[in-house]
Amino acid sequence: MKRIRKAGKKEKSIRIGFGSSFGFVSCFPAFLILTASISAAPVTIGSKKFTESYVLGEIAKRVLNEAGIPAEHRQGMGGTIILWEALRGAQIDVYPEYTGTIAEEILKDRLSNSPQLMREALAKFGVGMTESLGFNNTYALVMRRDQAQKLGLRTISDLQKHPELKFGLTHEFLDRQDGWRPLAARYHLNPKNIVGIDHALGYAALAKSSIDVKDAYSTDAKIAEYDLVVLEDDQHFFPQYQAVYLFRLSLPTPAMTALRKLEGTIDETRMIQLNAEAERTKDYARAANLYFDPNARSTIPSGESFRHKLARWTLRHLELAGFSLLLAVIVGVPLGILASRGGAAGHGILAFAGIVQTIPSLALLALLVPLPFFGISARTAIAALFLYGLLPIVRNTATGLQDIAQPIRDSAIALGLEPGARLRKIYLPIASRSILGGIKTSAVINVGTATLAALIGAGGLGEPILSGLNLNDHVTILQGAIPAAVLALLVQWSFDLLDRILIPKGLRL
Amino acid sequence: MSALVQLVDVSKRYADAPALQPTNLSIERGKTTVLIGPSGCGKSTLLRLIIRLIEPDSGTITFDGAPMTRENIDVLRRRIGYVIQEGGLFPHLTARANILLLPRHLGKSDEELRPRLLELCALTRFPENLLPRYPVELSGGQRQRVSLMRALMLSPELLLLDEPLGALDPLVRAGLQKDLKEIFARLQQTALLVTHDLAEAAYLGDEIVLMNEGRIIQRGSIVDFRERPANEFVSEFINAQRALVLT
Repeated sequence: MKRIRKAGKKEKSIRIGFGSSFGFVSCFPAFLILTASISAAPVTIGSKKFTESYVLGEIAKRVLNEAGIPAEHRQGMGGTIILWEALRGAQIDVYPEYTGTIAEEILKDRLSNSPQLMREALAKFGVGMTESLGFNNTYALVMRRDQAQKLGLRTISDLQKHPELKFGLTHEFLDRQDGWRPLAARYHLNPKNIVGIDHALGYAALAKSSIDVKDAYSTDAKIAEYDLVVLEDDQHFFPQYQAVYLFRLSLPTPAMTALRKLEGTIDETRMIQLNAEAERTKDYARAANLYFDPNARSTIPSGESFRHKLARWTLRHLELAGFSLLLAVIVGVPLGILASRGGAAGHGILAFAGIVQTIPSLALLALLVPLPFFGISARTAIAALFLYGLLPIVRNTATGLQDIAQPIRDSAIALGLEPGARLRKIYLPIASRSILGGIKTSAVINVGTATLAALIGAGGLGEPILSGLNLNDHVTILQGAIPAAVLALLVQWSFDLLDRILIPKGLRL
Repeated sequence: MSALVQLVDVSKRYADAPALQPTNLSIERGKTTVLIGPSGCGKSTLLRLIIRLIEPDSGTITFDGAPMTRENIDVLRRRIGYVIQEGGLFPHLTARANILLLPRHLGKSDEELRPRLLELCALTRFPENLLPRYPVELSGGQRQRVSLMRALMLSPELLLLDEPLGALDPLVRAGLQKDLKEIFARLQQTALLVTHDLAEAAYLGDEIVLMNEGRIIQRGSIVDFRERPANEFVSEFINAQRALVLT
């Protein structure tokens, strides 16, 4: 049995923990120091890209804070493997996980599917595991409450008597080794009508009675929202996905003690309620507060306003695109000058930049993530964008310089200017139109490609796009897509303006 | 009077063919020497060797008694003016900025350069009000005058001109030829001019050097060429050009 928790399946909005601590930095060394220090001081909590993981991350943060231990939460860093590697690499100290996932995906050993064996295996990696937090988030079949009551359905076995019910199942569940087919075989289910349907759409279909039964995670917020019931897995078909925290054994004892206080304190109903609160308000800290104080709902101010979020996304987006562009200019123009001189080095530079450009941007990001210096960080996004922006600048600088007519070169040399002065006062200004054209191309590419940075938790306008895609929520997608498109146009226009200022008048006549 | 520039056994080969056979030549001070010959005879190569746009394969070139080397070339270049066909003006700079580029680079203020600039405008008959214009805003003849001013700005000991009037229409060309002759005379300028036009060579040159296939064939005044041609090629060259003028 293998189960992959699809990243971001359930989240409405993603917030990146270290985004706020990362102010605009205008020079590279400061940036390195900032990001390097992130894992140093407080306890760092990670979470996966879905609502429940965010909420559990916030709960851990608050329980640590209440024990007087500084903690920060890097929200929605990615999927299981990314979180696990980050924990092993000490980039984070704690993150919420599920026992089934630990056995199947991390230890890849079904035999160690007992808490004791799991702990022993994890200890070899310097990682510890709490007891279950009190709920099992596994696959489940859900129905509308009124219909279940009317038909007297309580367990999955009860479905045998009603083959007329219409099943709407996710494609993933239909295809999985531990999904629909073995489930139907075990329970002898033979419904007449099964359709494949997207997870988010399936809930809407269920609410409208277009379907009657659907697969779900047992703690989905939607279960509460649509007043659904979970049919009991009376033959224990689904594996156990008990929620736990994984933590580094090097954590100070008070931190471990604080986390252990959460063991057995959240049951399924509670978790569904917390998830629902998080999805309703899109504020995970607030949902976490609800855990500590059930009356918190009315007293805590609502989450970030849209304007504030938009400003944060946009600022972050500009940081990513701007900083990588700055680096690409600083490195690309000198490389272009070298390349313009031809020879083996020149051809090598152009070939390298060309090859980097042909790597799909998503693949480039993914290739950088496993490298030691990079990992899941804004640094990786900036490095990828920098590499991506290099070619247009290098190539345009090189061709701009190579295109300078021989008589102009002869005149510059014959005048008696030293090589450096020739470059500065004559060649670069003459090539400025071409160089700026390259920088403009890179800028527009970077602003567009920076939306992908959200995939590795680096934030920017890709955040709402990604959440929206995962939720099939068009409004959320547009909240990121429209500003990103507008930003690209603005960049284009401001460069057109810059052309007028920077390109010598004599070249524009 | 000693020669300002002396070429001793200077030769240059390009990949496929010799551009200049081992050649000796001296450029006399205060005179206008004209290099003439058919296309590919090596006359432009010789000029480019002096200003070191290309490196000689062998031989030495001395300037004012000292050999020109890779090391001292940028300093010596500032004592030499260089004018090419179509001017070679820098398109991103105004006429004024083109003329003042080098002296400004050497740290001179516009204030102290101003008298010299106005003097050159008068000398080359270039209207001062056109100085703020960019090269594209000037006519071909005006561009050559700016190019000449740029070359003369630091009062160079030697002026090299590579087909300076080659791209101009005949009327403008005739006017500029006249002006050049006056300027050279007034400044007592040592000049080395490359042309393929015998009439221009005869009009401007104190000394004419006829070249063919990378060699100097004959050197002298236009009268020497007419009355004492060194060989059949010289007669042919002179007659061909005369025929062209008559038709």
